[in-house]
Amino acid sequence: MKNQIRQIFHSPKFTVGFIIFAALLVLTVFYPLIVTNDPLEMVGQGNFFKPGTYISVSEAVNTNPYTLNLNASSSRLEQNLSMEERMAMADWLNQFAGISSKEMDVTDAGGLVSLWKDHYDSASEQKGLIAARKKYFSRLDKKITGLLEDTDVLLAEKNQETGEVSVKKTIPSTSYVNVKDVGSRRVFILGTDNFGRDVLTELVAAIKTSLKIGFIAGLIATTIGLSLGLIAGYLGGIIDDFILFITNLFTVIPSFILLILISYSIGKNARGVMMVAIIIGLTSWTWTTRSVRSQVISLRNRDHVNLSKLSGHSLFRIILTDILPYIASYVVMALILQISSGILAEAQLSMIGLGPATTTVSTLGLMMNWAMSYSAHLNGDWWAYFPVIISIALISFSLNLMNTGLDQIFNPQLRE
Amino acid sequence: MSEEKKPVQNSSCLSGTGVTKIFGMGKEKTVAVDHVDFQFREGEIVSIVGESGSGKTTLSKMLLGLISVTEGEICFQGKPRDIKGYRKKKEYWKGIQAIFQDPFSSFNVFYKIDQVLLDCIKMRGGARLPYEKKVEMMTEACRFVNLKFEELTNKYPFELSGGQMQRLMIARIFLLKPAILLADEPTSMIDACSRATILDMLLKLRDETNMTIIFITHDIGLAFYISDSIYIMEHGKFVESGTAEAVILNPKAAYTKRLINDVPKIHEEWDLSTV
Amino acid sequence: MGKTMLEVDHLKTKYITRFGENVFAVDGVSLKIEEGKSLGIAGESGCGKSTLALSLMGYYFAPLHYQSGTIKVDGVDITGMKPDEIRKKVLGNEIAYIPQAAMNALNPTQKIISFIEDVIGAHDPSASKKEIYDLARERFEILGLPESVLKKHAVELSGGMRQRTVIAISTILSPKVLIADEPSSALDVTSQKMVIKMLRNLMEIGFIKSMIFITHELPLLYNVTDEIMVMYAGQIVEHATAKEMVFDPLHPYSKGLMGSILVPEKGARDAKLTAIPGTPPNLKNPPKGCRFADRCRYAKPACMLHPIAESRLEDGRMYRCYLEEKELREVYQDE
Repeated sequence: MKNQIRQIFHSPKFTVGFIIFAALLVLTVFYPLIVTNDPLEMVGQGNFFKPGTYISVSEAVNTNPYTLNLNASSSRLEQNLSMEERMAMADWLNQFAGISSKEMDVTDAGGLVSLWKDHYDSASEQKGLIAARKKYFSRLDKKITGLLEDTDVLLAEKNQETGEVSVKKTIPSTSYVNVKDVGSRRVFILGTDNFGRDVLTELVAAIKTSLKIGFIAGLIATTIGLSLGLIAGYLGGIIDDFILFITNLFTVIPSFILLILISYSIGKNARGVMMVAIIIGLTSWTWTTRSVRSQVISLRNRDHVNLSKLSGHSLFRIILTDILPYIASYVVMALILQISSGILAEAQLSMIGLGPATTTVSTLGLMMNWAMSYSAHLNGDWWAYFPVIISIALISFSLNLMNTGLDQIFNPQLRE
Repeated sequence: MSEEKKPVQNSSCLSGTGVTKIFGMGKEKTVAVDHVDFQFREGEIVSIVGESGSGKTTLSKMLLGLISVTEGEICFQGKPRDIKGYRKKKEYWKGIQAIFQDPFSSFNVFYKIDQVLLDCIKMRGGARLPYEKKVEMMTEACRFVNLKFEELTNKYPFELSGGQMQRLMIARIFLLKPAILLADEPTSMIDACSRATILDMLLKLRDETNMTIIFITHDIGLAFYISDSIYIMEHGKFVESGTAEAVILNPKAAYTKRLINDVPKIHEEWDLSTV
Repeated sequence: MGKTMLEVDHLKTKYITRFGENVFAVDGVSLKIEEGKSLGIAGESGCGKSTLALSLMGYYFAPLHYQSGTIKVDGVDITGMKPDEIRKKVLGNEIAYIPQAAMNALNPTQKIISFIEDVIGAHDPSASKKEIYDLARERFEILGLPESVLKKHAVELSGGMRQRTVIAISTILSPKVLIADEPSSALDVTSQKMVIKMLRNLMEIGFIKSMIFITHELPLLYNVTDEIMVMYAGQIVEHATAKEMVFDPLHPYSKGLMGSILVPEKGARDAKLTAIPGTPPNLKNPPKGCRFADRCRYAKPACMLHPIAESRLEDGRMYRCYLEEKELREVYQDE
């Protein structure tokens, strides 16, 4: 046994899969210990805030500023001039100021703007430009002028009684605050979702729930599949025919359709996480049954089984000690695949809106469903769905990798 | 093995009339064993000789009660055999045991070899014996087959060689002391040098406990060497039976003649012109 | 004295295990076969006889590797050749090989004639289909195989017929050496006899010039080959004529092996079978001295110390034992 485990970890495939899977597990265990926020707390007022650090503006204003002599305007220009605008500027300069495109660099906003300031004149006759376009350039010029200005911002205070507004504070353009000095701040590493919830925290919770669903579904499917396969394979005869008949029946009907029908008929109210896991488990045991059965059939005529019979061992004991250990590695592999397919089945079900009908937990499938119904994929809010896709892919990739690794070890034909 | 060593021929131990086994139904029906009659006596070594596909393994499984008999009757120690139900089967298996062809697949590789021997003690009703007594019995059994229990205890079957495993199987029989031992090609998977050891041990077992040994083999030379009587099997039927000398040295059936003729020999000319 | 067809000198080949250990399964084997002669190699499972068969072809693929020694086929050393060269120039027309499971190696979707076309086509691309068919038909007729077999698929033939067909295909280029590794062990006795008869036929007609026959069945070997070598733990322990080997073995191991022969013959019931206790040594770490010493009942302390060299008698008989021929005969006499 010890030897076998050592051998398993000699397989690079299994080891890589195991490390990925273990990392995900560790993440789901330790992340909630560090970030204790409710994963489904609706923090943001609005949809899909970008990933980043959010600090309170009013607190920032009231925080003691530091004076830094930085050329603020150039970074402002870099930040605020879109690539589209820069291209338009370059076009104009090329067309009306006769500057060749080689001399310009749209990635260097400062250089471009200085050229612009030197040559642009809204009064000039810009031949071939429609009025709207002319206005666009004039607006752009104003914007640039505004960006270049380093004027102070005045903070005014309104007297409650007189209604008089008086200057409370002047914030010069060289004032900076340290983000750490601002008490009210929140980091959304993966932004927020449609309900304004922190995607990362939600995702970790979702991975945990999905793994739970996968494990429960996999365990149920493997238990049913294993028991039926053992009984059918070992006993044979009419019992075998009967079990095979039921198995075939379930195989003929695509299990996903069955899954949809059952999920739908159970109704929204009863469809919790547990229920979905059980439904998935109950519809995916067939191939385990078939393969366990065929393994058992080849085992039951082996001499050690015959010898065990001759030693007067009971049926139960023969199955437990002479059959089960021989197919144990195989069953573990089947379990791994069932877990993986259980997670995928949940994702599929939830995507079409038949997953757990709940707002109290998140699952990978539900996150996809939410992102989809709020058109995150159309608006470019990648952080709402892309990390979920990656997580699903990683889970099923790691599980399948582990399975292949095990297969190579236990199946001598695949050994190199 | 000379004539005087032969034990006194006494009562019938296992006999059968019209024993038949049919697999499948309708068009796919195959008759594996076709109405065979036999009578094995106590203390006798009987060989059932046949080539692959002759039905000898099916017959041996029927004799062991591992598969059902389609037709015909088997008598065990003079009485019709009744093995319906687990309890009766267990009782029957105290009287008949087997050694199989492939020692490597005869052991459950997940259990230490002590377990095999302990099971035998338990089957003989020694489950409640103190552990020291059990060890003593196992040591004795191992000594019988020239193995040292101290070296084997706590080992797994795959740590043993084929010959050692097959000897351990005989140690198992020694502990169980059944009335009948069915040996299904016990030497075909092990080396020639170990074969003599195994055969010697089987003979010793017979001499000490007056066990009936049914030898299933395709090796006619081996059957001739070891058995008192020989049954030749072809296509599920016994084509010839009798004492070893009579069957081998003076074969009557055409099949037996061909079989003996086709086996390479060393003292007589091997006639290649007959094929 | 005929022409020497195959001459092997101190051939040493090894398996490299998954853990990088070297297992010398063929450890310094020398042999020589003349035209028209057949040589048998006997030994227990794991003694290296099948590895020897593979090694003799000079065609090595992992985990089997060449270590040292020479193989000369009809005077040409093939040990330095590249695998591709060996496959094109040596296999088939110089050396042919028939493994035990040869009959199951035929692709079930091809007809027998197409295998023959492949074999001949690989060495003589100019041959037309008609020529090949005529050649094959003639060859099959001589060997007593029905012409109809040529148009059949392998699955339509019985085991014995399939094996004989494979032999006919393998030898169609009239190789100088045929290496047959347990060619009849999976067959029933009648088919076995037919295979043997066919091999003898091939030798008599000259379709094969010499043969190496490997089996663990000693009575068969005695009836097929002129000379027998007994192999133990990667080495040849004795080499003698078939008759001498079976009735008058010299090496204690050969003696034990010959003592285990069982045949359905008069008097065979009274023979006493000899048993050799113990198991062969592990070739990963073979003993320094005589490899058989720890199982040998005549072993002396000196046997364990040094590797045992081959000793030769006047008539060319070889054995590998510390004891002299006279001493050996004396100890056997005493029993």
